[in-house]
Amino acid sequence: MTLPKGKVIAIMGGSGCGKTTLFRLIGGALKPDKGYVKVDGQDIHGLSQQGLYDMRRKMGVLFQFGALFTDMSVFDNVAFQMREHTDLPEDIIHDLVMMKLHAVGLRGTHNLMPAELSGGMARRVALARTVALDPMLILYDEPFAGLDPISLTVVGELIRRLNDALGATSVIVTHDVQESLKIVDYIYFISDGVIVAEGTPDEIRASDKLFVHQFVHGEMDGPVPFHYPGSDYKLDLGVNA
Amino acid sequence: MPILKSFRLVGHRTVNAVWRLGYASRFFMMTMFYSGPSFRRFHLTIKEMFSSGVMSLIIILVAGMFVGMVLGLQGYETLKRYGSESALGSLVALSLVRELGPVLAALLFASRAGSAMTAEIGLMKATEQIAAMEMMAVNPIARVIAPRFWAGVLSMPLLASLFSAMGVFGGYVVGVVLIGVDEGSFWSQMQDSVDFNHDILNGLIKSLVFGVAVTVIALFEGYDAPPTAEGVSGATTRTVVESSLAILILDFILTAFMFRGD
Repeated sequence: MTLPKGKVIAIMGGSGCGKTTLFRLIGGALKPDKGYVKVDGQDIHGLSQQGLYDMRRKMGVLFQFGALFTDMSVFDNVAFQMREHTDLPEDIIHDLVMMKLHAVGLRGTHNLMPAELSGGMARRVALARTVALDPMLILYDEPFAGLDPISLTVVGELIRRLNDALGATSVIVTHDVQESLKIVDYIYFISDGVIVAEGTPDEIRASDKLFVHQFVHGEMDGPVPFHYPGSDYKLDLGVNA
Repeated sequence: MPILKSFRLVGHRTVNAVWRLGYASRFFMMTMFYSGPSFRRFHLTIKEMFSSGVMSLIIILVAGMFVGMVLGLQGYETLKRYGSESALGSLVALSLVRELGPVLAALLFASRAGSAMTAEIGLMKATEQIAAMEMMAVNPIARVIAPRFWAGVLSMPLLASLFSAMGVFGGYVVGVVLIGVDEGSFWSQMQDSVDFNHDILNGLIKSLVFGVAVTVIALFEGYDAPPTAEGVSGATTRTVVESSLAILILDFILTAFMFRGD
């Protein structure tokens, strides 16, 4: 799997297929049993802890439900990495935070606490925090989960726009086929830990592969079976053949 | 085979306990190792001292006052039998600074601040805040755990001192104001019998040790909690139970070393 610079790439597949594992491998949170992950030309699992932290400073990660720090205001959440990793004076941090919040349309919320935000707003604040240090690689873990249609479109648009503005590479781990097809450049389908299909959104829409067809059209049964494998149904019901 | 099953269960629990003990020791060492930022950016520690120390003040002061009042009442009844009511000040002060102050303040601290620390860290883990911090290249041990650890350790002796002070005041109110023990003998006996190094300093050392124990247990249980509602609730319960037992066991050991032969 190759993730070219400047592109937005989606990784899709059913629950438990290994999407989040792949995501954690890219972030260096898990070590692979075999194989390697290279980010910016460096084997991420061959790095020391300091090297890994240096690499992570060039990455941004958006967690499924935002993972905002609940004891900090919106402003402090977005300013967090700037205060931790830079020596910027507070007035510069203020301006940068306001610019990031403005980019996601939430400048007016800087004094609020995360508990005062709706799910969609929290996701957008988390997005502003993710791009706080202008990362070269942005990882999104289920960015569309649990959002209303308006927030869904807003978050999707922001992912695309921020990626293009920063010249970054974005990797989206998601289930949301329709939203992803609108904004991504390339898609990988994963099943049981292996890539089963890949292509541009147009290629995916036109694909005749059974797995892709089932996934894109949300069909109940297919290569991903409706029934979880189990013992014989008659045996479970105690019916003799 | 029920016997085999029991052996397996005991073995499994033993291995699990040893593993957890090792993990907790490593956690403690890591906390020590990454304590630098807690002192370089002392405002982080001060903020945590407010939530764990200052927010525990009310319960500590009220409990200290009532414990002192009970000591005054019970002490007077006992001392009266021997005609030694004037020693009430010594009894109240020594009981508080040597034992009741450090122990009860630590038990209250464990239930009020320790459980809150565990729940907070456990929920931070469950809502991926700890993982988010890791991915932002910020070490959560240095940023989240160490400031809370030092806040707990520094708060504990202060809280125990306030507990003892309030207790002495409670004993004074009951003994002198309500019962009528002579005020002069109450204070002079207390001054004569309480030694700074032997009694007050040893009491402070005790509370410092209890502070380390309670805070490490609370933070470790939160950090190790399964990221579910049930996991966090179980971790909070374990914090209170383990901390209480640790305080009482450590108290016995410390008392044996500090006050034997008195």
